[in-house]
Amino acid sequence: MITTAWLVARKDLLIEARSRVLIWQVVPFGVMALLLSGLALGPTRAGHSGAGPGLFYLVTLLVAILMINRNRAIESSPGTHASVATLGLDPAGVFLGKTLALAVELWVTAAVLLAGAVLVLHLPLGATLSAAPSVLVTVAALAAAGTLYGALTGGDASATLLPVLSLPAFAPLLIAGERSLSAAVTHQGLWQWWVLDVVALVAYLAIGILLYAVLEET
Amino acid sequence: MADQPASVARLRDAVVLSAGFPLLAGVDLDVTPGSLTVVTGPNGAGKTSLLRLLGGLVALSSGSGTVVGIDLATGDRRLLRRRVGWLGHEGSFYDDLSVTENLRFAARALGRPLDDLDAAIERVGLGARRRTAARRLSAGQRRRLGLAWLLVRRAELWLLDEPYASLDDEGREFFDVLIGEVCAGGASVVVSAHDPLRSAALAPRTVRLVGGRVVAPTA
Repeated sequence: MITTAWLVARKDLLIEARSRVLIWQVVPFGVMALLLSGLALGPTRAGHSGAGPGLFYLVTLLVAILMINRNRAIESSPGTHASVATLGLDPAGVFLGKTLALAVELWVTAAVLLAGAVLVLHLPLGATLSAAPSVLVTVAALAAAGTLYGALTGGDASATLLPVLSLPAFAPLLIAGERSLSAAVTHQGLWQWWVLDVVALVAYLAIGILLYAVLEET
Repeated sequence: MADQPASVARLRDAVVLSAGFPLLAGVDLDVTPGSLTVVTGPNGAGKTSLLRLLGGLVALSSGSGTVVGIDLATGDRRLLRRRVGWLGHEGSFYDDLSVTENLRFAARALGRPLDDLDAAIERVGLGARRRTAARRLSAGQRRRLGLAWLLVRRAELWLLDEPYASLDDEGREFFDVLIGEVCAGGASVVVSAHDPLRSAALAPRTVRLVGGRVVAPTA
C-alpha cells in the first residue's frame, strides 16, 4: 500500500510539475480571489483582520475544489482510466497517493494564500505563523475528503456535483480551521480546534483506505 | 480441469448489463494460447464491452467465464487486470508525462524491471521521442506508445480496442508484425475492429458481434 502510495503521489506531482496548472492557473486564481476579498472589505484594517481567517479558508475552499477536479481529471479519459485500471494497483495505496499529492499541492497554495492574507488582509505575521501547523492539518484533511469525494463524483459529467456534495464534508474542517486561525490571531488557545482537524484527517484517511476500492469500482 | 483444452479465456452465455441494458447478451467465446481473435461488428455491437469483460473492467452479470484462470464471477478482478494488457482507441496513458516516464510508471506499478524500457521504446520506433510528452505525439506515435506500454507489461492476454484507427499503412503493417510476434511468443491477442483484418498472414479467428451476440464465429 505504501509503495503504491509513493508511486501514485510521485506520478501526480510530476504531472503537475509538467503541466504547471497549479502555478499558472490555480495559484493566480486564489491570489486574485484574495485581492478581491480585500477590496470588498474596504480599507479598514481592523475589519480585515477580523474577517481574514474566514476569507482565507473561503478562498482555500475554492482553490481546493479546482484542484480536486484537476486531480481526478488526470485519469478521466476512458482510455487512460481503463489502462491504469489494468495495472491492478492497490486502491488504498492509490487513495493515499492521490491524497498526498493533492495535500502537497494545497500546502503550496495555502502558503502563498497565507502570505497574501498577511499582506492584503493584514493578518498578524507572528500569529499567522503560529497557526501554520493547524493550516497544514486542515488542508491535509481537505485533501483526504476531496480525494474521496472526487472518486464519488468522478467523470466529467458529474464533476459539477463535487461542490454541492462535498460542502457538508468540508464545512466542519473549514469551521475548525477558521476558528483555529482566528484563535491564533486573537492570542487564544487553538489546540482544541487543531485536535478536531487531526481527528477529521484520521477519520477521512481511514474511510478512504476502506472505501476507495468500492468508489473506484462503481 | 484436465479434461478441458487449455484456454486463456472462456465465456459461456456471458451477459453484461449496464443500467439494465444488455451490452452483451449471451456470448460464447474461447481464446486459446498464442491465438489472435478479431471481434468485428457495427458500432454498438458490444465489441468494446466484450474486451472490457475479458479485462476485468466490467462485471459479469450472468453466465460464466474464466480469463487467465480467474473466474469472472467469483475471482479477484484486480488480479485479473494485472495479467491482461489494454490498449483503448483513446490515449491509454498520461498526456503530460514523457514516453519514458509513462513506461516507467507502468513498469514500477507492475514490478517489472526498468531495464526493459529502452528495448520496448526502440522496438516500437519511438527512440527519438523518448523524452517527448505524450500529448505532443502524433496519433500513430501515441498508438506505438500504447504498444510499448503493453510490451513492458508482458501481458498474457492483449486486448486491443480498434487499434488500427488513425494509423497509416506503415503503422498498420507494424501492428500486424508485432501482433504476429506476440502470438508467436505465446501470448494471446483479442482485437476489436469494424472490419476483418487485412493481413491474411496473421490467420486470425474472426468473431462477429451484433446486438451483444455472436452471430458468426469462423475458424
